Amino acid sequence: MLAESLALSAVLFSIGAIGVLTRRNAIVIFMCVELMLNAVNLTFVALSKVYGMAGQVFVVFVMTVAAAEAAVGLAIIIAIFRHKQTVNLENINLLKG
Amino acid sequence: MLLQEATRGAHPLSGSIAEWVWLIPLLPFIGFLINGWLSITSAAHVGPKDPSAAGHDPAGHGDDHGHDSGGGAHGDDRHAVARHKYAGLVSVIGPAVLLLSFGLTVAIFMAMLGVSREAPFVRTLFSWIPAGDLHVDAALQVDPLSMVMTLVVTGVGTLIHLFSVGYMQDDPGYPRYFAYLNLFVSFMLVLVLGASYPVLFVGWEGVGLCSYLLIGFWFTDKANADAGKKAFIVNRIGDFGFLVAMFLMFANFGVLDFLGVAAAAPGAGFNSPLVTWICLFLFLGCAGKSAQIPLYVWLPDAMAGPTPVSALIHAATMVTAGVYLIARSAFLFSLAPVAQLTVAFVGALTALFAATIGLKQWDIKRVLAYSTVSQLGYMFVGVGVGAYTAGIFHLVTHAFFKALLFLGSGSVIFAMHRAYHATHNHDDAQDMRNMGGLRRYMPVTFILMWIATLAIAGIPVFAGFFSKDEILGAVFARTHESTLSQVSWLGIPGGSLLYLIYAMGLAAALLTAIYMTRMMLYTFHGPNRSGEKEQSHLAEAPWIMTGPLVVLGLLSLFGGWLNLPALLPIGPVGTLEHWLEPVVGSATNAVTGGPHEAAHSTELVLIGAAVAIAALGIIIALVRLKPERLVPAAQAPEEQGLERVLLHKYYVDELYDRVIVRPTVWISRNVLATGVDEGIIDKLLVTWVGTGIPRLFGWFGSRLQSGQVGTYAWVLLIGVIAVLGAFTFR
Repeated sequence: MLAESLALSAVLFSIGAIGVLTRRNAIVIFMCVELMLNAVNLTFVALSKVYGMAGQVFVVFVMTVAAAEAAVGLAIIIAIFRHKQTVNLENINLLKG
Repeated sequence: MLLQEATRGAHPLSGSIAEWVWLIPLLPFIGFLINGWLSITSAAHVGPKDPSAAGHDPAGHGDDHGHDSGGGAHGDDRHAVARHKYAGLVSVIGPAVLLLSFGLTVAIFMAMLGVSREAPFVRTLFSWIPAGDLHVDAALQVDPLSMVMTLVVTGVGTLIHLFSVGYMQDDPGYPRYFAYLNLFVSFMLVLVLGASYPVLFVGWEGVGLCSYLLIGFWFTDKANADAGKKAFIVNRIGDFGFLVAMFLMFANFGVLDFLGVAAAAPGAGFNSPLVTWICLFLFLGCAGKSAQIPLYVWLPDAMAGPTPVSALIHAATMVTAGVYLIARSAFLFSLAPVAQLTVAFVGALTALFAATIGLKQWDIKRVLAYSTVSQLGYMFVGVGVGAYTAGIFHLVTHAFFKALLFLGSGSVIFAMHRAYHATHNHDDAQDMRNMGGLRRYMPVTFILMWIATLAIAGIPVFAGFFSKDEILGAVFARTHESTLSQVSWLGIPGGSLLYLIYAMGLAAALLTAIYMTRMMLYTFHGPNRSGEKEQSHLAEAPWIMTGPLVVLGLLSLFGGWLNLPALLPIGPVGTLEHWLEPVVGSATNAVTGGPHEAAHSTELVLIGAAVAIAALGIIIALVRLKPERLVPAAQAPEEQGLERVLLHKYYVDELYDRVIVRPTVWISRNVLATGVDEGIIDKLLVTWVGTGIPRLFGWFGSRLQSGQVGTYAWVLLIGVIAVLGAFTFR
């Protein structure tokens, strides 16, 4: 079970990472980040079978942080949309040197 | 270290009063702190100002020399004087700390009399520089040599401090004066008591600083400030030599304390290049501090300071530090005959050269300044030929009679200045052409100065006779059967060079007798040339000034008893030689190959020659010089020919100015300032490199900031992979 679980989490993490790198829509990228976080959660849970309960405790923390992040992140995206009428990140490049 | 500790534990002086030796330099330092504090707290009320303006009508003080050294001399009752409000307190503290130091020195000296003095007593205070292989302790060394020096410094120092009370009391900067003077003595005591070269160097630099401060004491006059700077800068050249010598010692011996170097030096080998170079660099330091050719030029200018300063620093103590350093490093110099011959020859050359300049100076203090340079040359001849005792002996007697001469001239200038002050005359109070006939007005000073003059000229029974004669005798003895006679110096056989040095010494003795008699004749004999009105104001200085003079007069009379030659057993023979034997005895024997008695007949001839020469000098001066024919400085005609060259000191200052100072200034301005500083540093380094390279990096970095979140994500990923990879494949 452990090997399968880790393989699944690796696949999920990679899908998330590729999504973050290739997509342009802020909402999609945001979802991909969540996917990566949950892939990590899966790893924690799987490995807690071997290393003890600490991994599962950590998952609770990650979910808490993820919830907070989702709230702040979505709020930022909504603010950007109101300002620029788009959430395409290629059009949002004010912070360049 | 261990060895030292062991020696210390076993030393007969440990546990005695010698443990308190650190108090000797500390006491004057406390005096410095108190006087300095008094000087600072009241600075707002009585700031340093032109001394000649104090109590003077500001309408005009035309001459330059008038305020040079006469600053202390406006103590005339009829005028309001700006006496410092703490002057009374300072007059007590300044000399008192010195007197306490002197008392403690005498106590330690007494303690030393009763015990074995073979090994020096080293009092380690704390570890000063523990840096890797270099380990230097703040340690003081009590041994016969350092005791002789400490006695001279505190003893003569106390007398000069007392004299200063009278001389400087009405100066607005009185506490500052005593603060500097106390600080000087403190550093001088560190210099003579230090147990290693670095500790000695601290004192060496400290006295240099105080010398600078005191030469420029009346700094509102630019000439005085310049003289201070000149002394400081010329001394830096010498200090460079001292530092290089220390670096060489540390690099090759690994130690810097006297005991350690003395133990390690023979390993370098007799007449080896290493020891010769160390000695030559040390001598460069000595030439700076003790005003020898080619670095003597600062000392005559140092007369810009107050006259007691000239007596203490520029005659009796600081300038003899070079002689002390060579005697202290006797174990090194006796290994390097070539360096020794250099020292002796430079000394003899300086003695002769400075004496010729002294022949034609009109400023009374300048005569004494060149006389000091000349006598220092004598001391270097002594220590140069390995007669360390003779050199130190002359150092001690010279401290007596030269301090007396300077203080005597101070009291003459004091009287002259007071007379001029009372009559609002602005002539030069230091020019001998304005003096004359002063014996009628100041009989005590007159008699005492003649004693000092006979002493410096080398007339028998006076102090200078014995010490000078011992130096010349030693030079003559070294011409045969010594390490010095067996080497050649720049191709000249050592023996021949020593004969030349002996002849130069005799010639300098002749000139010394002439210029000193000339000074006495023009100052005290003949008619008075200071003016009708002034004559009624000429008077002897107060007892606080004449008192120290009397003591110094007695010392100049009987100082020779310190080290009587075997030929004249009018008292205990060779006391000083016996006393210094543990310190310099073996080094002297290394040069001479052991003590061997010279034939008494030869010695008699030598003494006879020296006395005849001195007497001849005095007679020549008495016969040839006519004080009656002198006219006051203001009416004097220009000198011509050789006299003019001598009056202008062979134009050496002008030569140095053309050859060294001006090219240096030119190079500094046109090469270093415009070329290196503005061209290379400002333009190339600051403008191009300093702004160009950061701008390049900035441009590159700003390209990375595209504003595209996707790009940042890629960079982040690559970074994470790189870090993970680095940890994985480490």
